[in-house]
Amino acid sequence: MSILIDENTRVIVQGFTGDKATFHATEMIQYGTNVVGGVTPGKGGMKHLDRPVFDTVRQAVEQTGAEASLAFVPPPFAADALMEAADAGLKLICIITDGIPAQDMMRVKRYLLRYPKESRTMIVGPNCAGIISAGRAMLGIMPGHIYRRGNVGIVSRSGTLGYEAAAQMTDLGIGVSTSVGIGGDPINGSSFLDHMALFEQDPETHAVVMIGEIGGPQEAEASRWIKENMTKPVVGYVAGLTAPKGRRMGHAGAIISGEGDTAGEKAEIMKSYGLFVAPSASELGSTVAQALATL
Amino acid sequence: MDIHEYQAKELLAQHGVPIPRGKVAYTPDEAIHAANTLGGELWAVKAQIHAGGRGKAGGVKLCKTAEEVGATAESLLGNTLVTHQTGPDGKIVQRLYIEAAEPFDREIYLGFVLDRKAQRIRIMVSGQGGMEIEEIVKTHPDAVLQIEVEPAVGLQPFQARQLAFGLGGLNIKQVHQFVTVALGCYRAFRTLDASMTEINPLVVTRAGAIMALDAKMSFDDNALFRHPELHEMHDPAQEDPREAQAHLHGLNYVGLTGDIGCIINGAGLAMATMDMIKYAGGEPANFLDVGGGASPERVAEAFRLVLSDKNVKAILVNIFAGINRCDWVAQGVIQAARDLKVPLVVRLAGTNVEAGQAIIRDSGLPIITADTLADAAQKAVAAAHGKTA
Repeated sequence: MSILIDENTRVIVQGFTGDKATFHATEMIQYGTNVVGGVTPGKGGMKHLDRPVFDTVRQAVEQTGAEASLAFVPPPFAADALMEAADAGLKLICIITDGIPAQDMMRVKRYLLRYPKESRTMIVGPNCAGIISAGRAMLGIMPGHIYRRGNVGIVSRSGTLGYEAAAQMTDLGIGVSTSVGIGGDPINGSSFLDHMALFEQDPETHAVVMIGEIGGPQEAEASRWIKENMTKPVVGYVAGLTAPKGRRMGHAGAIISGEGDTAGEKAEIMKSYGLFVAPSASELGSTVAQALATL
Repeated sequence: MDIHEYQAKELLAQHGVPIPRGKVAYTPDEAIHAANTLGGELWAVKAQIHAGGRGKAGGVKLCKTAEEVGATAESLLGNTLVTHQTGPDGKIVQRLYIEAAEPFDREIYLGFVLDRKAQRIRIMVSGQGGMEIEEIVKTHPDAVLQIEVEPAVGLQPFQARQLAFGLGGLNIKQVHQFVTVALGCYRAFRTLDASMTEINPLVVTRAGAIMALDAKMSFDDNALFRHPELHEMHDPAQEDPREAQAHLHGLNYVGLTGDIGCIINGAGLAMATMDMIKYAGGEPANFLDVGGGASPERVAEAFRLVLSDKNVKAILVNIFAGINRCDWVAQGVIQAARDLKVPLVVRLAGTNVEAGQAIIRDSGLPIITADTLADAAQKAVAAAHGKTA
């Protein structure tokens, strides 16, 4: 098992025929991902990478039984692509695109509320490296070879810091069940908490690493949930202890930021809720080893 | 992107928000001319900088004569204003806004912000407007009324009325005016892709009208592509020149006070590396995210930016290649490192790492290589302090 994707998950690529999408779709196929086709409006009927291209996501779903999508769509069209994928009934959309307007994501999140919770599409990203279930399938742009198959889940806001954690774990002989990059944008499709809940239910995952950053309420929210609901050990890390306080305009942001916005505060919150907090980014792997030793 | 007060007022006025009469001035003569054209007996001379806290820092002055307006303009223009929001370097004053001063009886705070947690636009009001709103939130959280806006239908008049009646002390005519202001600000926020809008204070004038005495707006950089009308409001003089230069090349740079220059891919890894430098006893000179696809040109530009800071005594390059390939990055590094006068520590990991390391090794350049994050930070700190790790 793993979360979100495995080798059987039928995947389409939105924006399939673009250069970047072509490059990464090729990598994904080589990794073993079951890519069944793609969507580029106006290119329906073509073949690309030996797979069918469709004009709409709905057609792709009807004809391939696709369950998940990787979206490589430029920022102005990204919100539209996400809503199209949700409307076509995909269970999972991973969006790599960086630079999507925040209010577009706000509208997308509101649009998803029209669907009942059980059948609601899960969005991972935007502005993320994607999802990888080690040795099984990859829905993203990460270097697949650094992940060793195993029993630790990773969920990270930063792409490269997620790689760093995986590489340190691999060096210690520790493997990964699934690694999820939730992205660094102010409004993301899914949160630390969403994935933590999935990892808790995944029998193959024995421990989880949560890699946060300064800003936003997500780390604190997930830590509280972990204390109350999680039976598996969780390792936490927050980047940005030395980041300078941002220059800012006005007070409105400061008024709502409230609890635990700085890296130091977040690390303290994680500790208070019983997480294993890695003292530095170079001790991510060794802290995971400590957490696993408690099992 | 931030804009000036007078620009924010212009945009809000287009959406039905009442503002005092005012004019922009770039010189003392223009300031005097503005005061004479506006007429009246009292003027506010307001320094236009991208930061709050101007009043306390001496950036807003009331003047009783046109001569006084001229003298105040003379003293402000061309100087730097340091407020609690500018950082120690302050911001240069190149423009003034001259307003017909409006006597008022009451100050209200009105703020709009994109709330990450609720993933909605949040509106906040307080009857205790003026300068110390952050203090009020800490000491009297109940004094700040807040609502969230349902994105599908937008702000409804009843919500704005709830806020107005919640403030208390407004007559029904003023309540209606407040509703117009709130709905106007909301429309401006949505149609222009703002990330923050703040009127502090919104006043009840002595004549009983509701009016925005100050205004701040910030916009989502990611949405500027669809707002060409905002591009001309951009004022590069209010930005750090290196940050502006970085932006032009698709790099994200923030200058700091240390002596170890950093070139890293990914914001998270960049922050973590800076933390590691500090952990190893050093101080980072900057934050720099080269992003994905670090071409040799971009790497070269990153070196130029980092070296434009004269405090830099060593450079640390830390690349964990996903989309990037280490060999590609290494090519850029050895080109940029040819004429380098300070020690360079390079740590490569990820895609094509062996090829990348070979390029560095075979270059014959005195580049210090590191295998891990900790190793890289320690070597960079040692190099900056003139030692070998």
